[in-house]
Amino acid sequence: MASEPTGGLTEYIQHHLKHLTPHTSEGGFWAVHVDSVTVSLVLGVLFCLWFWLKARKATAGVPGKGQAFVEIVLEFVDGQVKDVFHGDRRVLGPLALTVFVWVFLMNAMDLLPVDLLPWITEKFGIGHFRAVPTADINMTFAMSLTVFALIIFYSFKAKGAGGYMHELFTAPFGKHPLLWIPNFALNLVELASKPVSLAMRLFGNMYAGELVFMLIAGLFSAGAGLAGWALYGAGIIGYTVWGIFHILIISIQAFIFMVLTIVYISMAHDHH
Amino acid sequence: MDFNATLIGEMISFAILIWFSVHFIWPHINKAIEDRQVKIAEGLNAAERAHAELKSADVKVAGEIKQARQQASEIIDKAQQQANQIIEKARAEAIAEINRLKASAQDDIASLAQRARDQLREQVGALAVQGASKIVQREVDASTHKALLDQLAAGL
Repeated sequence: MASEPTGGLTEYIQHHLKHLTPHTSEGGFWAVHVDSVTVSLVLGVLFCLWFWLKARKATAGVPGKGQAFVEIVLEFVDGQVKDVFHGDRRVLGPLALTVFVWVFLMNAMDLLPVDLLPWITEKFGIGHFRAVPTADINMTFAMSLTVFALIIFYSFKAKGAGGYMHELFTAPFGKHPLLWIPNFALNLVELASKPVSLAMRLFGNMYAGELVFMLIAGLFSAGAGLAGWALYGAGIIGYTVWGIFHILIISIQAFIFMVLTIVYISMAHDHH
Repeated sequence: MDFNATLIGEMISFAILIWFSVHFIWPHINKAIEDRQVKIAEGLNAAERAHAELKSADVKVAGEIKQARQQASEIIDKAQQQANQIIEKARAEAIAEINRLKASAQDDIASLAQRARDQLREQVGALAVQGASKIVQREVDASTHKALLDQLAAGL
């Protein structure tokens, strides 16, 4: 049993929870989380390449396995959009597909051994590396704020500036001038809650999942001798069980993020 | 961070996780994919079959139309033949009837002429008697000279 090189479990976890940032900007506004950006970009490009290649080689005849899989994913997402949104799906469909597959892929990074990528990057002299972009609140907020911008955009597009303002000030209580301020305040809260809940839900689930993986990983170096080996075995079992359970969580979280995106944007189209 | 037992433990767990996915998750996805392939293949086959059936039905319909047209023309030919036959027959019958009527009319004419001739002969007899009686100024007993008169009349 290799002993912990520095400190205990707390330091191990703290080490893991630190993002990769350029040394010049540590802690400041320009502290770009290079790890999140890199992993999410790589996965996004992978997703695009994968689906693009399958779409390019798509045949109208009996599809190959790869095409059939892509079709199943596409049909599933399109079905979800169709259920909720009854307008032109040319923008919302691809948006939902992108959100679903991208978030799923980023979540799936959680299934990789929590020490694997940091260990590899360390060989190249890079210290902190967090593999799961969706466990980075910046990443989830980036996505939810984009969705928020789309909500605002489609609210204006569907109702016009006047119609949207009218709705903000007169719904839900009524159009009496005295009610304008309460209406507006309530609508602001409702509006703001959407990106916050969207981002926090995904971040919370992924962050907690990652943390549990780290805690279980702590068992691998928890003791020496027979007790240590017992804990090591327990660690392997626990890590595996949590991993299997996590397959469910990452799928559900990707699904929820997609469905809520669809719901929010289709709500922006609805008139009150 | 060094390569240590933590990473080894995680890799073992990851291997088990992959094994689990291969055995318990992938089969479901694979089944969905294969079901879809089968469904699409069946749909395409059915469409092709329907297409072929439509084609063969078209051919059959064309053949049947041709046959019907042929039959119709045969029927028309036969009808024309029959009409010709009927006309021929009617003409023959009419000619026969005409000939028959002509013959009977000629018979009638002949018998009437004969009768007229006979009557004339009788009247000639009577006239001769009258003339003769006038000439001899006495009654010629027709009955006594009947044989003579008849002989005379027959000689006319």
